[in-house]
Amino acid sequence: MTAPAVAPGSGLRAPTAERARRPHKPGQRRFGPLAVVSVVVLIVLAALWLLPFLWSLSTSFKSEADAAATPQTWLPAGGFTLDAYRAVLAQGNIPTWLFNSLFTSIVITLIVVATSALVAYAFSRLDFAGKKWLYVATIASIIIPPQVLIVPLFYQMLAFNMVDTYWGVILPQAIAPAMVFVLKKFFDQVPIELEDAARVDGAGRIRVFFTILLPLSRPILGAVSIFVFIGAWNNFLWPFIVTNDAALLTLPVGLQTIESAYGIQYAQNMASAILAALPLILVFLFFQRQIIKGISTTGFGGQ
Amino acid sequence: MTTTTVKARGAGAGTTTRSAAPERVRTGSRLKPGAHKDNRIGWGFAAPFAILFGLFLVWPVIHGLYLSFTGQSLTGSGGELIGVANYAEAFADGDMWRSMANTLWFTVLSTIPLVVIALLLALLVNTGLPGQWLWRLSFFLPYLLASTVVSLFWIQLYSPTLGPINNVLATVGLPQPAWLQDPNTAMIAVVATTVWWTVGFNFLLYLAALQNIPDQQYEAASLDGAGRWRSLLSITIPQLGPTTGLIVILQVLASLKVFDQIYQMTTGGPAGSTRSAVQYIFDTGFTGYRFGYSSAISYIFFALIIVISVAQFAIAAQRRKGAQR
Repeated sequence: MTAPAVAPGSGLRAPTAERARRPHKPGQRRFGPLAVVSVVVLIVLAALWLLPFLWSLSTSFKSEADAAATPQTWLPAGGFTLDAYRAVLAQGNIPTWLFNSLFTSIVITLIVVATSALVAYAFSRLDFAGKKWLYVATIASIIIPPQVLIVPLFYQMLAFNMVDTYWGVILPQAIAPAMVFVLKKFFDQVPIELEDAARVDGAGRIRVFFTILLPLSRPILGAVSIFVFIGAWNNFLWPFIVTNDAALLTLPVGLQTIESAYGIQYAQNMASAILAALPLILVFLFFQRQIIKGISTTGFGGQ
Repeated sequence: MTTTTVKARGAGAGTTTRSAAPERVRTGSRLKPGAHKDNRIGWGFAAPFAILFGLFLVWPVIHGLYLSFTGQSLTGSGGELIGVANYAEAFADGDMWRSMANTLWFTVLSTIPLVVIALLLALLVNTGLPGQWLWRLSFFLPYLLASTVVSLFWIQLYSPTLGPINNVLATVGLPQPAWLQDPNTAMIAVVATTVWWTVGFNFLLYLAALQNIPDQQYEAASLDGAGRWRSLLSITIPQLGPTTGLIVILQVLASLKVFDQIYQMTTGGPAGSTRSAVQYIFDTGFTGYRFGYSSAISYIFFALIIVISVAQFAIAAQRRKGAQR
């Protein structure tokens, strides 16, 4: 995937320019008691939010004996060790699951972004028979929770022979009506004059779409891609239902089997969890600005 | 048939006849409102989505409804129509009502802190302390974790003997419940995990809304002698009204669909005290292999979601009308 670099001057239609948006400092006259209390409360809350990470991280560096000893200590009593990571990686499943998650999430993202952008353009700019019906159906379907479709979808996957295949994981996740709506709203705001000029010069619809509209939409396409990717990466219920073969499990589903298979291996459980958490945390650190801006402006998240 | 928006039609008209006769264009499009000029290219753009949409959304919705009137099982038997028997059975099924009640209870218990704590965090971070990105990261990071990772973390944290929570409680001399194994605490424990996991999303929505409140309002209030509390109560909170409305609606819908973390942490137990509606759909369909019955419960649950959504939007509309008056 390419980095959805933010083109200069083209935000996600954020109401104000990035630079002008620093936090407010209402009544910043003196460092009153209220400010001190706020700082203390904030630090306590941030610590509360980070502690589960730190505890798990610490446990993952313990030996299994240390991880099962009572009372538990905050730091590994017998010293830090990478044994748990070694054991988990030696079992060979985590790299496979990592690949499965990466592969299915990328394919889902590509299909969703491509098909949504195309249909959103048609909804925004073109006039064709049945458009109204398709649009109303798409918008109405946003309210359907995917969870209520698991039975008919599984039935369908049986009929298509797609149970325990990548396509079985991918296809039912490859539609995101909410993203169509977001993109259509964005295209509606792009001035039509830009396209008119190109069309006067003889460019067809397809060329206008690819050479004018898509480049202008890079920030929103980036935001949509990231949301769809996070959603697919973290999806549990559907891959859990449609896959059984250990070689085809995605990371979240695979971790669930670890939990039941090696329930006693506390350090290894935590090492697996940390390994599974890392990829998305890295994605976030790279795309922090786009993710935060995307959430703030569209109100849609992955989950 | 007319097109969906006036804007779209104007756009289509303006671009298809790219001649230097705009007035002819306008009258042209008005004269034949039923004519669709871009049929081929339009469906060309729409087809890839429309095919997937039809196959994996519209069809399952229809087929699921059909299945709910059959005795279909996973093994393939019982596919014949049995009328409303599944629905009749569901309405008399105490386990189904229990799962619906658990879902509603979870929704109430989780939505309140997920809105209030998100607001509190956003207000605190927005006071302009240094290290903005660190605060954002701390509160948003959990949102990026897969449910399974969250569950693995928290099963450990809640562990009656090995978990740090009970370690701390023991040190200060408080009782140490078996969080996830005790019917009295399991739901609270699952809710607390959910708040930790997802509050960052609402926090970011609030933070963005806070930063869009114009500085001038605060300056004016401060000139009038309003202190911080006054500003907070009479400017900030009212200005956040629409954002709060949006967050509550999105949060209620998200909470109603809960499955992952509860299933992973308690499998709905102990004694069904945390089993959610989605898990009941899953259990009847994929553990009990009763596809027909599971579909009926899916539709009952779907109806519940629609009723709640419509109610929420009606309340929001009422509020907006009230605000305008």
